[in-house]
Amino acid sequence: MDSYILWTIVKVVVILTVFSALAGITTYFERKVLAFMQRRLGPQHVGPYGILQVAADGIKLFTKEDIVPQNAIKPIFKIAPVIAAATAFIAMSAVPFLPGIIVSDVNIGILFVVGVMAVGMYAPLLAGMASDNKWSILGAARTVVQMLSFEVVTGLSLIAPLMMVGSLSLIDINNYQTTHGWIVVAQPVAFILYLIAGYAETNRTPFDLLEHEAEIVTGYATEYSGMRWGLFAIGEYANMFTVAFIAALVFLGGYNDMWFIPGGLAIILKVSALIFLFLWVRAAWPHVRPDQLMWLCWKVLMPLAVVNILITGIVLI
Amino acid sequence: MIDFKDYKNRDISVDYMYVEGSSNPTTWKEKFSQVVKRTLSGELFVGLWIVFREMVKFNIHTIQYPLEKLPISPRYRALHQIKRLMESGNQRCIGCGLCEKICIANCIEIGTKYGSKGRKVVNSYTINLGRCIYCGYCAEVCPELAITHGQDYEHVSEQRAHFTTMAELVTPMDQFRAGKQKEFPGFGAVSPNADENIKKTPLAY
Repeated sequence: MDSYILWTIVKVVVILTVFSALAGITTYFERKVLAFMQRRLGPQHVGPYGILQVAADGIKLFTKEDIVPQNAIKPIFKIAPVIAAATAFIAMSAVPFLPGIIVSDVNIGILFVVGVMAVGMYAPLLAGMASDNKWSILGAARTVVQMLSFEVVTGLSLIAPLMMVGSLSLIDINNYQTTHGWIVVAQPVAFILYLIAGYAETNRTPFDLLEHEAEIVTGYATEYSGMRWGLFAIGEYANMFTVAFIAALVFLGGYNDMWFIPGGLAIILKVSALIFLFLWVRAAWPHVRPDQLMWLCWKVLMPLAVVNILITGIVLI
Repeated sequence: MIDFKDYKNRDISVDYMYVEGSSNPTTWKEKFSQVVKRTLSGELFVGLWIVFREMVKFNIHTIQYPLEKLPISPRYRALHQIKRLMESGNQRCIGCGLCEKICIANCIEIGTKYGSKGRKVVNSYTINLGRCIYCGYCAEVCPELAITHGQDYEHVSEQRAHFTTMAELVTPMDQFRAGKQKEFPGFGAVSPNADENIKKTPLAY
């Protein structure tokens, strides 16, 4: 029992460290990929090829003055970024990153992940409402509208593959695909719906309205500086990784061996490709209007997801 | 001369072109078909392809400024230069004061006195670069081509008022002797083909 607790703590620490570092490294790759796609060079001067830009940004974030606005509701203002980062990392505890590397294999894994990521919505909401700033409160309102709506699409799009598997455990879903092949072949619509909803829930570009500079400064994060803002950023990138891992596990065959590629490497490649897709989409596509977003969610994606579930059910029966 | 009344009623259809705005679908069927057409037209993938192509081509347009500099036009109006006479090396400035007079930012201050031979000499000449708007009027008005604009745009100061004197702007004597006074490029200088453009003033009508 003691060794179990110790082993769990070790895994938690490793996952926390690795994904905090990955969040920083992803910002570097994001800036580089965006720059190359826009014919720029990107960070160039800090270290070889600008690779130490991550460290420079980290030092800057940690040493920056921490400002709490005078009229803000201080305890809530201070706790909001912690909720953002904490929920993002708690959601990871049920995700099997590599074969055998999972903090706790709960039998309702995917429900837990989706649920905890949904709780993360409180962070922008509380941050925006406690900041005493118009832009923040607009950002918070947009957050609630967008995330609540797309929560529905995420859930409904995941139901169809879960019906095929018959289990909510991510390990069962992964093992199902060793015999039956990738679920994306059987559920292409669900995969696309899940990706779209995942982009909306992590505020990535086609749906980044809740912190869009040109309209509402940075939305709920307007009043934040230094590491408090950094926690929001880490939470966002951690959520990106969770969404990518869930997509890889549920739809793209998880950590099963691919031809000659061992399973551990296979899932890392899949997740890298999905993260690259996040950056690629950000470079290529403009973002949508809030009313278009709502229209897309409730009039297109949700009916599609329901029809997809219906058809899956009929086929299964 | 066209009358105002006629002017108001003139036929404008010749000069004007009417742009037809896009028509929005009204019926349910049209709306649905528009959504389907836009969803499946693949325009989003064209966007993805274009940025991916640019990334693979790696045709970078960044100028890394302190290390690389773009060439600037010879008519660029940066820091002033004061030139010397090619024959003797004396200063060209005759102290006429036209540059001071025309300066719309009031940044040029010129002081003159009688020299030992009874000629006008310039004893002080300052430009407040903090006030100067680099309009080029001083260079344009100078009858002796003495003050021109050079191409050195990298000058900074710790204060808003940043005075420069003639001694700093004039071509240094050692550089002048080495033939390094660039005569023609720069704003306020005559063009390279100035001699060809000279025409005899017609005197008789």
